[in-house]
Amino acid sequence: MISIITALAFVILAPLVGGLIAGIDRKITARMQGRVGPPILQPFYDVAKLFEKEDVTVTPSQNLYILAYLVFMVVSGAYFFAGGDFLLVIFAFTLAHVFIVLGAYAAYSPYSHIGAERELITLMAYEPMVIFTAVGLYMVTGSFYISDIATSTVPAILYLPGVFLGFLTILTIKLRKSPFDISTSHHAHQELVKGLTTEFAGPVLGKIEIAHWYETVVLLGMIYLFFGFNPVLAIVVIALAYFLEIFIDNTFSRMKWQWTMKSGWGVAATLGFLNLVIVYYLYMGV
Amino acid sequence: MFVIEVAIALLLLYLGVKFKQYLAVLLVLVQTAVMLYFEMTMAHGLEPVRNLFIDEFSIIMALIIGIIGSLIAVYATSYMNTYHEHHPEVRDRRRMFFFVIFVFLAAMFGLVFSNNLLWVFFFWEITTLSSFLLIGYSESEVATNNAFLALKLNLLGGIAFAASFLYLAGVDPSGGLLELDTLIASGQAVAIIPAVLICFAGLTKAAQMPFSAWLVGAMVAPTPVSALLHSSTMVKAGVYIIVRFAPVLLGTLAGVAFGFVGAVTFLVASAIAISQTNAKKVLAYSTIANLGLIVACASVGTPELVWAAIMLIIFHAVAKSLLFLCVGTVEHRTGSRDIEDMDGLIVRFPKIAVMIATGIAGMFLAPFGMLISKWAAIEGFIDAPFGIVFVTILAFGSAVTVFFWAKWMGKVLSVTPYGENLEGTVSRGKWVVLSSLTALTVLAALLFPLVSSVLIEPYVFGIYGETARLAQDNIIIMLLMILLLLILPLSLYTSSKESRKLPVYMGGRPTTPDLKFDGALGIQREMTTRNYYFEEYFGEKKLLHYSNPLCVLLILTAAALVAWGVMQGVVM
Repeated sequence: MISIITALAFVILAPLVGGLIAGIDRKITARMQGRVGPPILQPFYDVAKLFEKEDVTVTPSQNLYILAYLVFMVVSGAYFFAGGDFLLVIFAFTLAHVFIVLGAYAAYSPYSHIGAERELITLMAYEPMVIFTAVGLYMVTGSFYISDIATSTVPAILYLPGVFLGFLTILTIKLRKSPFDISTSHHAHQELVKGLTTEFAGPVLGKIEIAHWYETVVLLGMIYLFFGFNPVLAIVVIALAYFLEIFIDNTFSRMKWQWTMKSGWGVAATLGFLNLVIVYYLYMGV
Repeated sequence: MFVIEVAIALLLLYLGVKFKQYLAVLLVLVQTAVMLYFEMTMAHGLEPVRNLFIDEFSIIMALIIGIIGSLIAVYATSYMNTYHEHHPEVRDRRRMFFFVIFVFLAAMFGLVFSNNLLWVFFFWEITTLSSFLLIGYSESEVATNNAFLALKLNLLGGIAFAASFLYLAGVDPSGGLLELDTLIASGQAVAIIPAVLICFAGLTKAAQMPFSAWLVGAMVAPTPVSALLHSSTMVKAGVYIIVRFAPVLLGTLAGVAFGFVGAVTFLVASAIAISQTNAKKVLAYSTIANLGLIVACASVGTPELVWAAIMLIIFHAVAKSLLFLCVGTVEHRTGSRDIEDMDGLIVRFPKIAVMIATGIAGMFLAPFGMLISKWAAIEGFIDAPFGIVFVTILAFGSAVTVFFWAKWMGKVLSVTPYGENLEGTVSRGKWVVLSSLTALTVLAALLFPLVSSVLIEPYVFGIYGETARLAQDNIIIMLLMILLLLILPLSLYTSSKESRKLPVYMGGRPTTPDLKFDGALGIQREMTTRNYYFEEYFGEKKLLHYSNPLCVLLILTAAALVAWGVMQGVVM
């Protein structure tokens, strides 16, 4: 049931795909703002440069946490693409995120501390909706295994439109796009400095970037699951969804954490829950 | 046995009158009256044949009580020495203290091996009495009041328990139904009423809302007592009995109502834990929350959920006892049990900080124990009646737990540029206990497939004829994750030499090594970081204000459903 080949493919290809997506993201963002923008390969140049820089830290232990963050991000993503249990993938993701938060705490710096706290708030905000996504897909396809869900011929999106919208909302939070970039702002002049990542530099910051590339690929992979019955449609939707995220990123200014909480829990409690109740009683015939 | 019960009643009456706790006196009188009536009019001819029994579930409970309970008792010997040094005003009653602890543990063994319900009840009452005596140990006014609070709430359950005997003796004068296994096997038509009464007693003992106040109040007791109450004795008795009756509750609306009491308790107690800065109160609320989850699983009662409930009991016992004892140690050395005072614990108490982090990880992170059980619970609830509501509560509840555990973990692991190692002052006996519990937390996560296949699955199979387990691939992945977690710290040895250390970014201000910086007007200011507690959203009073009436309503619903069922003569 579990495919080692797809998992390996993910481990090797995901950073390339994720980096490309980041490059395209920057290009489109620039165009939206009336700029030319950097070359599409710019994220790779940036990360390569980070790895050439001197390794400076506030405390050595933060390197350990970031290494753990990257490793578990890769492990959970590999398990996702191997076709493993969706719930375990979600929990492994949480583990990875807790590590980056611990890294920020470890530095004992006011900026990274606030970033860490806010990252935890975002974790709390999106977690219910992610679980609902897994539960909804289970109800429709009858399995928690990604391999079964992805190859299912059931048009999951028709049964789970609410869950899908909810997932798109928290995708904005998970990708740390404005208005929900409350833990690490893209913009250095704002009150957070760089929040969560303030105290990371050089190769360690490079690892965080790579982990984020892996994460982006897995998150977009989750969108695929709603459209597994038609792979072409799925790819189109993924592209549209990511474009939508860029658009939102560029049209909203950052909101307060209260708004993040309310959005995350709000979509889970309304769209997610109502959708699941309807599926539960009508489709499963309980 | 009956003589001892009367003696206990008399003792409680004496103490109740002495401390002017008349409600407690009244409750003791009611319970004694019920038992006397039962003994006088019905007990003759009631002769349950098999008084003791043993099965896999009893063995699991006995292992928890034996291993965790004994470790805590060992820890207590050295803790109590320090305790009396720190609290000269407290009368030294250590002999009584250890006597009660051993009576307590003995009663727990009796409880889990008794098949005769009258015996179960006898041991049940002894655990109530023991916790009453231990909570009131310091004899301060707060301690005494909280001890009586625990007594009163548990007596409510005791009365319900005793009332079940009247019903059982009425149904079957030969007394065969007083055997626990016969009763559970006798089917819902007969067993549902005593099951609801006894599980109500379980709810009070397991500190479910609205009875949760006693467990929070019990925090005034010396820390080993809290650890004991939370991990291996008192509250475990409550969930033990509900898990026992799970097959009877399965598929009944009363079971669902009790399940919702557990689920609401899980959600609300987790949320309240966010607003607490006192480490022991965080632990107390998280215990209440986890017990809520166990009660929810056991009350709904499908095979998968019973599997999850037993797993939860095991993992909670190990990780929670570790956390309590670590907090107790830190409190004795630093004089504070406030989470806000725990930054830099990794600098001052490196080993204990790692232990606390392990314990916390055990409570909410993959691939550790509690998470495995929560996961099994989510999968189990989907196919259960009203499952989607339970899953919703679980999804929100576990999101909340991530927040309060992770922020505490972050505080403990933050590396302050000041502070010195104070660990040398911790005694050897404590180290042995703390290291054993840490090892157990990790081992529990490594060995849970074994525990499951040797003990839990046969038990579940024995009752339901089917069993539950996690898929093989998932277990392998989780074991790999644990190994990774154990290996990763080795990377510290390679990376630490190369990297140059820099001070933290303070906006370019001149800063002293302990992070004091020059503010406006030349005033030197100290840098402090503080976690979010969200009093305005997750405050204790605010949430209890809604959840307690809701749980009362749910329990009344359960009672009403049973009463209605009896009147209709319908099997529910």
